Amino acid sequence: MLLIRCPYCDETLPELEFAYAGEAHIARALDPSSVTDEDWRDFLFIRSNAKGPHYERWRHVHGCGRFFNAVRDTVTDRFLTTYKAGEAKPDLETLTGDAR
Amino acid sequence: MTIHPHDLTPGKIAESAACKVHMLDPVARFSLRAHEPERKAVADALELDLPWYVGDVAKTGETEVLNLGPDEWLIVAPEGQTDFASRTVDAPHALTDISDRELTFRITGPRASDLLTLGCPRDPDSIKPGQGRRTLFDSATVVLWRDGENDFRMDIWRSFAPHAVSLLALGCAELAAE
Repeated sequence: MLLIRCPYCDETLPELEFAYAGEAHIARALDPSSVTDEDWRDFLFIRSNAKGPHYERWRHVHGCGRFFNAVRDTVTDRFLTTYKAGEAKPDLETLTGDAR
Repeated sequence: MTIHPHDLTPGKIAESAACKVHMLDPVARFSLRAHEPERKAVADALELDLPWYVGDVAKTGETEVLNLGPDEWLIVAPEGQTDFASRTVDAPHALTDISDRELTFRITGPRASDLLTLGCPRDPDSIKPGQGRRTLFDSATVVLWRDGENDFRMDIWRSFAPHAVSLLALGCAELAAE
């Protein structure tokens, strides 16, 4: 089982308390009526499908209830970091440097 | 035999040398949601202490307030002592009566913490005495309060209670037989 650190509870807890919620940092257009069909398609359906570090959303659904972001290596399942929703993307080079 | 939620009545559920499980009398429960900027104004208006850290419990008289998340509190008070709910609060918030949603069980005894590990993915010992957390018990969401070293309270949605009770009763007997 994965152990995930919730940045709101500041505790490392079993995966069962959490729910995966898709790729992170995909922002809805501020002015939806001006978005082209191609951009809508990309927003709705096109995902990076990363092999390696992946920015993704999780929700501590059976705990504090909050959504937060994580960087997980999709090859090793190792969580490089978790951070609160709304915070800037952490720099990948510093994260992978720490992991080695 | 199938147990229905309405078959469960306050009193002893299971007892062994290892632990005891009791169902508690009904209490008034409220869910409070408010964002951080409004926390102080809501706390002052309700005349309750709203703890800031997730898992912390604050007591105001007989009323207990548990912080479930950054913007969510669970308020538990004896039935009939819910004056705070009728006070006027000007700050944006949501205060909802959820008294009938859950049943509460008290789990005590020298192996109370071991009994909870049957269903909790989280280590019950990570909850310090005097704190509480929302977590899982065998896939049902519960609120777990730790009132003392070997004294837990579990709030569980009433439809899930029969399942949890069966598991707790079984575990109670198994731990004593070890």
